[in-house]
Amino acid sequence: MWQRIRTLIIKELLAVWRDPKGRFVLLVPPVIQMLIFSYAATQEVKNVRVAVLNQDMGIYARDLVAHFEGSPNFREVVHLRADADIAKVIDSRSVLMVVHIRQDFSRAVSAGRQASVQLILDGRSSNASLILGGYAQQIISAYNTELSPTLRGPPPAPASVVVARSWFNPNLDAFWSTVPSLVAILVALEGLMVTGLSVARERELGTFDQLLVSPLGPGEIIVGKTAAAFLVGMAEGTLMVTVAVAFFHIPLTGSVALLYASMAVYLLAILGIGLFISSLANTQQQAILGTFSFMVPMMLLSGFASPVENMPDWLQYVTLANPVRHFMVIVKGIFLKAMPAGDVLNSLWPLVLIAAATLTGSTRLFRRRAG
Amino acid sequence: MRSFAHPVPGPSRPGRVPSVAEPSGGGRLRRLAGLIRKESLQMVRDPSSFMIAGVLPLLLLFIFGFGVTLDLRRVPIAVVIEWPSTEADSFLASFRNSRYFEVRFARNRKAVEHDLVSGRLKGVVVLAADFSDRLGRGETAPIQVLVDGSDPNTAGLVQTYVQGLWSNWLDQEAAARDTLVDRPRAAPPVVTEQRTWFNPELDSQYALLPGAVAIVLTLIGTLLTSLVVAREWERGTMEALLATPITPGELLAGKIVPYFALGMIAMALSVVVTVFGFGVPFRGSVWALVAISSAYLAVMLSLGLLISTLAKNQFAASQGALITGFLPAFELSGFIFEIDSMPTPIRLLASVLPPRYFVSSMQTLFLAGDVPSVLVPNGLVLMAMAAVLFVALVRATPVRLE
Repeated sequence: MWQRIRTLIIKELLAVWRDPKGRFVLLVPPVIQMLIFSYAATQEVKNVRVAVLNQDMGIYARDLVAHFEGSPNFREVVHLRADADIAKVIDSRSVLMVVHIRQDFSRAVSAGRQASVQLILDGRSSNASLILGGYAQQIISAYNTELSPTLRGPPPAPASVVVARSWFNPNLDAFWSTVPSLVAILVALEGLMVTGLSVARERELGTFDQLLVSPLGPGEIIVGKTAAAFLVGMAEGTLMVTVAVAFFHIPLTGSVALLYASMAVYLLAILGIGLFISSLANTQQQAILGTFSFMVPMMLLSGFASPVENMPDWLQYVTLANPVRHFMVIVKGIFLKAMPAGDVLNSLWPLVLIAAATLTGSTRLFRRRAG
Repeated sequence: MRSFAHPVPGPSRPGRVPSVAEPSGGGRLRRLAGLIRKESLQMVRDPSSFMIAGVLPLLLLFIFGFGVTLDLRRVPIAVVIEWPSTEADSFLASFRNSRYFEVRFARNRKAVEHDLVSGRLKGVVVLAADFSDRLGRGETAPIQVLVDGSDPNTAGLVQTYVQGLWSNWLDQEAAARDTLVDRPRAAPPVVTEQRTWFNPELDSQYALLPGAVAIVLTLIGTLLTSLVVAREWERGTMEALLATPITPGELLAGKIVPYFALGMIAMALSVVVTVFGFGVPFRGSVWALVAISSAYLAVMLSLGLLISTLAKNQFAASQGALITGFLPAFELSGFIFEIDSMPTPIRLLASVLPPRYFVSSMQTLFLAGDVPSVLVPNGLVLMAMAAVLFVALVRATPVRLE
């Protein structure tokens, strides 16, 4: 029996590796995705264009504009001339924010009255607006502290200050979080694609019937197909981890053995889903679309696009069935936090359950459909 | 390559396809109608087409409507008070009342630090043992905030929100004339008033859901059609089609028309659900929506068919569609991630890819209305892209077998 399974594994590996298109598809797209996604998937807001409408001739207004121009977060500060320009630049999305300084600004500041600056933001980019509003607030706070002593003498010692420190990623570098997350997502994507399609392709081309009349039983076919996809998936995973460490210089602080052990369980859970798609799909189109219907929700509800804690409670319970969510915790933990084995186990046992469920479920379905 | 051809077109379903070998004189139109009919039947018969046009859009909108939000809500944090005091208690109470945090209380930081590693906590706020003493002596009493940097976005927001809470707390304490905290705090000379146009509540769903429509159209336009020609090559029916007198133009039109219709139906469904299901305003005009969606769909259909024609194999084609269609629509469109914040090479890449022009137009149509300064340039770019891709597609489409 093992001899037969071994032959099938070799046949499967040859099937994906033999033709140059297959090789290309296994190697190049995941690396391209990793590179582009890593650079693109940032929620930071920097290098944006903002505009200033300064209707005040006074020195205080000019100082404030200089503060905005000095901020490293803005690529360009455009100067507007009239009220009507505000709608023009915001509507056309040529700037994300307009800082409007009215003509009585300097007079108010020098008279000791509270002066106000209007910020106009574009709600079509809601996340960027939120963050830009924060930047403007910081710039104005800094300006206030600079202004206070000149206007009112030295300030009293503040009652309290906030000292913030960030663990595991001292500079809050977005790469450090995106790249390990991508390892989780791309391993899942490739694993699903390879298993989801392998049976459907044989069905569509008619070679599946040949497999069924061969001495291999349905159980052996499943083991062989899964084992081959498992090997391909682990190789892809190794490639991703290598790119993360060698190219992006993400610190790998935890145990590599633990990372591999978890990746193996994770991959089995994913392959179970892939086999499930495979046994249902009659054509490759169905298999590809099935893969998508699983992959996109799994990716969006994993904590990658937005934190799981922000979701409504009932949806958080749904995400417990999502293998990507659990592996995301492990992969980030092992990369950045040197996560000890006990904590890894906390996220690993749900993965073991998911893997057991998907593998047994899809094996049953497969046997029924093949028999 | 095998070069024999079947005398009957479409060997898998010979009876369903009208004979295409008739001489001209109305024959061309009938031939085209027959092809369109064949493709439509093929599309309608496969349940996965409905899945992608009906079920997947609803699923995506549902996820973007409920699951993807960057607005913090009940972030788990711990407040460590090393030495109890009235000030520390009132500080803790202001955290307990915040809707942004779910607060756990601890006596020392060793008890909670580990939960930052395990991920059960996103931040720890520490009031040191000498907090009240320092306040009493008129010194500055530091409040320490530790955040989990493995999620930089949340970490940054937690820092900002703690800062905001702390500053409110200081104001409240000063107003209550608490002797320890009340120190002359000058009112800031300059304050800001913030106005957010189009989306005053800064509801992230208002920006996400119009963008999600772009993902739906991309999936239908590129992913589904990328399989269409590749399938014919893989099954050998392309050779049969080429043996008939149809021209490449007819071949393409036969494939474009049914999928265009499917895409427009899915677009209408998505817009209806976004507006009536999620209450996102639609301030533009329907004709502008149809025009800009048609332009985008034309680009994506041409791209999908071009990939399909070049790949000739469904697995490679789907990977190509993923890389050139779906991923750019997701990440290089300005729909979740701000394009201006990306490094220059990625920004350039984003500007030669179609999705950003469509996502920007959709967000504008929904939230701002018919703004010509956004819609006209975007529409022109999309039409130019469609034209270039269509020419490339016609050239790549084989007239006969080599």
